[in-house]
Amino acid sequence: MKKEPVKVKEVPAQLRVGNFQEVVKGYSEEEALLEAARCLQCKNPVCSSGCPVGIDIKQFIYHIRQKDYKAAYFTIREKNNFPSICGRVCPAEYQCRKACVLTKKGSPFASEEAINIHFLERFVGDYGKNNKLDVKTEKEEKFSKFKVAVVGSGPAGLCCAGELARKGIKVDIFESLHKTGGVLRYGIPPFRLPWDVLDFEIDYLKKSGVNIITNFLVGKAKTIKELFSQGYSAVFLGLGAGVPSFLGIKGENLCNIYSVNEFLTRVNLMSAYKFPEFHTPVNIGKNVLVVGGGNTAMDAARVALRMQKIKGLPLNTMVIYRRTEIEMPARRLEIEHAREEGIKFEFLVQPKEFIGDQEGFVKKLICLRSKLGEPDSSGRRRPIIIEGSEFELDCDLCVIAVGLKANQILINATPELKTDKYSDVIVDPETMESSIKEVFAGGDIVGGEGTVIEAMGMAKKAARAIIDRLSKKGE
Amino acid sequence: MKIVNKKIINDVGGVRITQLDIVSADIASKAMPGQFVMLMVSHEGERIPLTLVNADKKTGIVSLIFQEAGFTTKSLGKLSPGESLYSLVGPLGHPTEVKKFGKVILVGGGVGIAEILPVARALKEAGNEITTILGSRNKDLLILEAELRETSDQIYIMTDDGSAGKKGFTTDMLGELLSKEKYDLIYSVGPIPMMKRVAAASKEYNTKTLVSLNALMVDATGMCGCCRVSVSGQVKFSCVDGPDFDGHGVDWDELEKRNKVYSEQEKHICRLLKP
Repeated sequence: MKKEPVKVKEVPAQLRVGNFQEVVKGYSEEEALLEAARCLQCKNPVCSSGCPVGIDIKQFIYHIRQKDYKAAYFTIREKNNFPSICGRVCPAEYQCRKACVLTKKGSPFASEEAINIHFLERFVGDYGKNNKLDVKTEKEEKFSKFKVAVVGSGPAGLCCAGELARKGIKVDIFESLHKTGGVLRYGIPPFRLPWDVLDFEIDYLKKSGVNIITNFLVGKAKTIKELFSQGYSAVFLGLGAGVPSFLGIKGENLCNIYSVNEFLTRVNLMSAYKFPEFHTPVNIGKNVLVVGGGNTAMDAARVALRMQKIKGLPLNTMVIYRRTEIEMPARRLEIEHAREEGIKFEFLVQPKEFIGDQEGFVKKLICLRSKLGEPDSSGRRRPIIIEGSEFELDCDLCVIAVGLKANQILINATPELKTDKYSDVIVDPETMESSIKEVFAGGDIVGGEGTVIEAMGMAKKAARAIIDRLSKKGE
Repeated sequence: MKIVNKKIINDVGGVRITQLDIVSADIASKAMPGQFVMLMVSHEGERIPLTLVNADKKTGIVSLIFQEAGFTTKSLGKLSPGESLYSLVGPLGHPTEVKKFGKVILVGGGVGIAEILPVARALKEAGNEITTILGSRNKDLLILEAELRETSDQIYIMTDDGSAGKKGFTTDMLGELLSKEKYDLIYSVGPIPMMKRVAAASKEYNTKTLVSLNALMVDATGMCGCCRVSVSGQVKFSCVDGPDFDGHGVDWDELEKRNKVYSEQEKHICRLLKP
């Protein structure tokens, strides 16, 4: 008999919208064993090919089946420094689960039957965290004389730092914000990635010898050149894609129109949902619109809904997207969560103009309907506006979540650093080295908006190249 | 981030202006006139921008001057020497354009007077002839007059009640000067209504006018867009594109409205937590 996928326990929607606590509870040991037992242990597994860091998925699931969670943990850690984070935020349905043989051929994302690899990874990661499993370091004496500067403490920076520290290289991470984690802290809400999980992973790095300097903006306080003159042998840039895109339509600077970064940063990083206990304010509306179809749009909508609940307002948050649900880049799980919580969706809608009141606050959004045409350069069908389809939506708060671009401060301060037409840093794909010798880069600053695990994949590649370079220098 | 010195510059009629000298060798070694820092008083605090009034490369000490107007600036004013800020990052924003323009008028109002001081010194050093116009409600509220007198070739004081200098607005004097002679640059920092009037007055004479904007900010590194302003029809981020902009292009009404977006919360937190 075919075994049914083991559903993960979640906090019921009506309870979870009142707070910022984690929604997905994760597998119990029993559930993990049941789910692991579904794995076919393919002779030639294809799942790992869907993982940007190439975790030996078959092997770690095998260890779970043997109840050897420690071995499962070390199998994952061999390739992935942050299993508890990736088990929570990886878009598995586009990666390993999509590659799983149980996914129907030609499906745009994983079938329900595909093994819940991400939940198993999370189970194993949390096991390692709860049992304080220490990964063996491979410190080599020859590296102890080197130090490397890592710019940015987001997924790419943390991962690169971890890989280098493991070899015994001294690493200093420079972070411009007052807290570490980059997008994992300011962007991803704690109900998806609780802070204790993030803090654990970062503390783990610190214990392995990584030094983190917060409140330090490289490009302003120091240039890359100055870092080298301070004795760093290499620099890794994990700057991220933190510059918000706007729609470029009339009325977009009205009050209560937020970029998704501002809205999430206020609520997540600055804890505005606890105002006035925390002193950073954020506004909320009765008719909240979120424009966009990615994960950050889902995060913003779910944050807005929670803010409405906390403020005692009726729950009324709507996501508007210019294509249809199939084309939404968001994780299916997040779309589902958002819908369960009561977020409304309007598809094939193109914003045209914001209308405000006397005081400059937004009141309405004028929109146009569209239909799907031929696929564009992204491979998704292009929305075409339907003439004369104008309509109005009430809107007293809007969050624009239509994409993010590369952070520019360090790039502008470093003219010799070559960038492409998107202002992303150009690197040698084999080594991740930029146009400046000994300066490497990875994550969204190279590939544009990607996932946490993709950023980590690039960071690992860069770390290998840095280790290689230093090892030659050390001889 | 340790405070080494605190000076109450002014404390009259409920207006309190405070100077803090803070240790930050990294910021001090790089700071240029016109740049600012972001700071947090405590881990619960909000991030606020403040202009760097002085940066001593030798001692590694930076100076900030602020009016204790809102919750965070009042909390900041409660700190004493020996205590540390929770967070301080900088220098941020572009430095003010400093070169030999020729004849320059500096217009400072309120606590904005503190912010024109480093620019005045730099422009003077670059060989400009400096005319300074300072504005305040009355004589007692006027700050840094002596310091600016030192760096200025001419200085005019304007007060609302005539208790110091002349009675009237800074723009009254500005208009008078512009009508008599040609100037090459006007640089202005102060309350939005004042900068708006300065820009309107100088527009008539087509004199290049730079203003330093005090938009609300969160990260101040170009990541949130909270500080976006419209300048000559284009959306700019004050934190990374500014803080100085062409005063003739700024959409002042929009800026004024956007800066009031949290005024209710500000009243609420001040009532509740009494900084």
